[in-house]
Amino acid sequence: MLRYALKRLISLIISLAVASLVIFFVIEVAPGDPAQFMLGMNAQPDTLAALRAELGLDVPKWERYLDWVGGMLTGDFGTSYTYRTPVADMVADRLWVSLPLALYALTLSTLIAFPAGIYAAARRGRAGDVAVMGATQLGVAIPNFWFAMMLVLIFAINLRWFGAGGFAGWDKGFWAGIHSLTLPAIALALPQAAILARVMRSSLLDILGEDFMRTARAKGLSRRQALWRHGLRNALIPVLTIIGLQFAFLMAGAIIIEQVFYLPGLGRLIFQSISARDLIVVESVVMLLVFAVIVVNFLVDLAYAAVDPRLRSRT
Amino acid sequence: MRRNLWLGGALSSLVVLAALISFVWTPFDHAAMNIPEKLQRPNAVHWFGTDHFGRDIFSMIMVGARTSIAVALVAVGIGMALGVPLGLAAAARKGSWLDELIMRGNDLIFAFPSLVIAILITAVFGAGAINAIIAIGIFNIPVFARITRGAALSLWEREFILAARVAGKSAARISVEHILPNVANLLIVQGTIQFSLGILAEAALSYVGLGAQPPTPSWGRMLADAQTLVSLAPHLALIPGVAIILTVLGLNLMGDGLRDYLDPRLRVART
Amino acid sequence: MSLLQIEDLSLSIHGAPILRDVSLSIAPGEVHAVTGESGSGKSMTALAILQLLPNGAQATGRVVLDGVDVLTLSETQMCDIRGNDVGMVFQEPMTALNPVKTIGDQVMETILIHTALPRDRARQRAAEVLGRVGLPQDRFPLTRYPHELSGGQRQRVVIAMAIALRPKLLIADEPTTALDVTTQAQILDLLKTLVAEDGMGMLMITHDLAVVADMADRITVMRRGEVVESAPTRALLSGMRHDYTKMLFAASRHRVDLPPCPAPVPLLQVRNVSRDYRLPRKGLFGKPGWFRAVRDVSFTIQKGERVGLVGESGCGKSTLTRAILGLEPVQEGQILLGDQPVFTGHRPNLAVRRRMQVVFQDPYGSFNPRHRVGRLITEPFHLLADPPRGAAREAAIAEALTAVGLTPGDAGKYIHEFSGGQRQRIAIARALIIRPELILFDEAVSALDVSVRAQILDLLAELCRQYDLTYLFISHDLSVVRSVTDRVMVMQAGEIVEEGPTREVLERPSHPYTQRLIAAAPVLPDLGAA
Repeated sequence: MLRYALKRLISLIISLAVASLVIFFVIEVAPGDPAQFMLGMNAQPDTLAALRAELGLDVPKWERYLDWVGGMLTGDFGTSYTYRTPVADMVADRLWVSLPLALYALTLSTLIAFPAGIYAAARRGRAGDVAVMGATQLGVAIPNFWFAMMLVLIFAINLRWFGAGGFAGWDKGFWAGIHSLTLPAIALALPQAAILARVMRSSLLDILGEDFMRTARAKGLSRRQALWRHGLRNALIPVLTIIGLQFAFLMAGAIIIEQVFYLPGLGRLIFQSISARDLIVVESVVMLLVFAVIVVNFLVDLAYAAVDPRLRSRT
Repeated sequence: MRRNLWLGGALSSLVVLAALISFVWTPFDHAAMNIPEKLQRPNAVHWFGTDHFGRDIFSMIMVGARTSIAVALVAVGIGMALGVPLGLAAAARKGSWLDELIMRGNDLIFAFPSLVIAILITAVFGAGAINAIIAIGIFNIPVFARITRGAALSLWEREFILAARVAGKSAARISVEHILPNVANLLIVQGTIQFSLGILAEAALSYVGLGAQPPTPSWGRMLADAQTLVSLAPHLALIPGVAIILTVLGLNLMGDGLRDYLDPRLRVART
Repeated sequence: MSLLQIEDLSLSIHGAPILRDVSLSIAPGEVHAVTGESGSGKSMTALAILQLLPNGAQATGRVVLDGVDVLTLSETQMCDIRGNDVGMVFQEPMTALNPVKTIGDQVMETILIHTALPRDRARQRAAEVLGRVGLPQDRFPLTRYPHELSGGQRQRVVIAMAIALRPKLLIADEPTTALDVTTQAQILDLLKTLVAEDGMGMLMITHDLAVVADMADRITVMRRGEVVESAPTRALLSGMRHDYTKMLFAASRHRVDLPPCPAPVPLLQVRNVSRDYRLPRKGLFGKPGWFRAVRDVSFTIQKGERVGLVGESGCGKSTLTRAILGLEPVQEGQILLGDQPVFTGHRPNLAVRRRMQVVFQDPYGSFNPRHRVGRLITEPFHLLADPPRGAAREAAIAEALTAVGLTPGDAGKYIHEFSGGQRQRIAIARALIIRPELILFDEAVSALDVSVRAQILDLLAELCRQYDLTYLFISHDLSVVRSVTDRVMVMQAGEIVEEGPTREVLERPSHPYTQRLIAAAPVLPDLGAA
């Protein structure tokens, strides 16, 4: 088990290292000099040089890369070109919106998908299954940002149950924060729940055909008992993979949904930074997103081992 | 279930047909502004109504289908063209450094959702339909590589592959002659699914301004334009959304139907 | 009074008839074997007793267990019977256990679901039962997972689950088919002991007539969903009434006449060959280990000789086969065909490859389903510098298909249009088409029903007469090897432990492993209609 975890950890570190290299050098090839961009076309050469030195642009690329990575390891993400404030502070504020949103959506999606998938698998081919599968087929096809617009139209504009946008802030209390994230989380969660429910169902149906399920029935377990005691844990293995992948989509989806609800999250930050060519912010936020995805997939790998004893002892 | 195949095929064909017809005919010029007739509800003249510039929405939907289909189709093409050979090569050299490299590379790309790739590309080269295609296409590569490798690995265990090796055929030749035809069905089904995901991704990218730029019409940007007007003219948001949903739904149903139809085990059961 | 009485059981699945008017009965303490070839409905009969039939199944008739017709019982009542009054053992021990639960939990489950025992008492009972089936706690604690056990050990766990509550009836569906012959003997012994100790009735489903004759008090022979003949074992063996039964037993002990071997000229020489596999690293930075699958193996096959290679799974016979075919390089030693090495440097030698062909075990997996037969059997032409084209190619296809008892017209068909036996014929046609000097048969008849197997063996003998075949026949089945080989080699743990003329080795084995192998293999008694 320890060996397995250690192996995954090493692979995590390598992934992070390669990802940071890719991000850094993609941004590096961007045309244009940030200092020039900030000062305008008719800046004095010596002002330009001073700014370049201040921003740390005058050292070789690989040295800047190491500075950047080293800085991130110590929580120093550099200084924004446009706002001249530490990127870490800007990101931290925004992260407190985007991360809770993604986690909220992931929780909702799992809470909806598990019962729906299990219910459909247990009633395979019957009316309940057909209804759930029809609903998921539709759910998979709905763009989450459009769904978000419809939620705003119905629940915020017409029914006035929620605000149409903006974020109350956590300092107004936990529930106020949750309340203003609810519509965005639902919009994010439902399409993902549809996918997850389909995976849950087909994974369970695969397991239902396994020999050991017949063995369980031959022991005297009812269909339902066999499903719960033997089917579910085995079916979880592919479902976990999808949950890991979904986190990536939810982080990305959160960026878009924030636009619909005018939430001050990473999405807003990143689009502002792109239009202001504040590349160091873009770089750091992208790295942060990729970091989150890689770490979540590492956790999923560990969860595999918890579910499947074969993984624990193989290595 | 043949019903899925027919329904999905019909929906998808309808969208493709609309896109093709838009090259020669649309009810109005999709770009022509007509401020006096702005924000009309659907009516006999403007079947889907007009937007805030008085442009005909039906025409814009038809032309927008072109953008969606082109972006998603080329992105699937990129994913297949690069992903399938990589997957075949990884399976043929299972356990080697090449396999390891390809699979680790895949894992890495999976850590970059297509939106993040689009953000990176846009940050460097600016927004545009081509960049959207590249972003979605890159993300498709590991999807096809992984599915090809998985299916190919189980085929490499089969005795007919051993027989081909005994007949002295090279790994490359076996991959093309024996493996590829036997994973083709799987790739067609996956291609349909990635196509539909591509439509969704294109819409999302255009919505946040990273996709096709004006004047090229796109469903995602129609939704972005509609956002501020949604309480005033809900049809502006409703219609492009329904267009996306029906297209994606059609492709997904077709994918499901194709899988059931092409699965040899099921075909044997039917004959 | 009988324990189980099946009367006129008919079964259809989605309207397709599977069983027709099946009747049989089992007395307490009796072992009743049901046998037949694939498609005879023997497994469905067993599943019908427990009402574990596939969806869409419709059963009529009566299945009276201890005075109660189970076909009239509700699903809840059936759950009370399964595992409690009737235990069941399945064919595939590798997949019959839940991989994510410990063996203790899985055995305890049978106890907990039917009794009100507290968990610690149930755990104790589970430990006792596992001890009874030969898995003592000191070596196989309850916390073991299935993947930590061998196939035979897993089958013992399945048996423990089935007999934990001392059921009145034990159903065993091909319980040893997936196991090696020595393991099979142990499991059969265990079943016999348990039946005798507990006074259980046992319904044993098996295709293996030798096992049937050895185990059963009473035999029922089935074919295509119907009972052909049913009688006490002794009576049935001494006086078979039905032609099908006679054919089945005759096919099981089928012998073929091989033409005599020509004068010895060495064809294949295997010299001191060893083959290693890399094992996963032990520690994170530890050195990778090596597993020697084939150890220092040497032998020679003469031109025109038919040689057998027997051994249990994992003994290295498949690895050796692949090495001879030049599919994998060897670490030590040399393999020569004629005078030329099979492997030169890191590349297989094509000049040698075209003189060798192979027939595999699985009649379903050894053909690309997307190609027609004509293309399938001409694949070895790839080895020839100047393969026949046009009419010559057609003629070669026609000749090969005719030689194996098919027609030239079959070349245009796809493989799914053929039965298992026909597919093996096509596989032989593919091997013959370039007229190789050596053919390897890798378990080539192991997946076939006995009657089809007998036909394929006859075909082999016929081809030996026509083409002067030289072959290496790899098999786990001693009776088949006895029939079609002149000389046999016995392989154990990567080494050849004994070799000699087939008859001599099988009748007077000198190595202890060969002796154990032969003792473990069930044999048909030479009664009656032989």
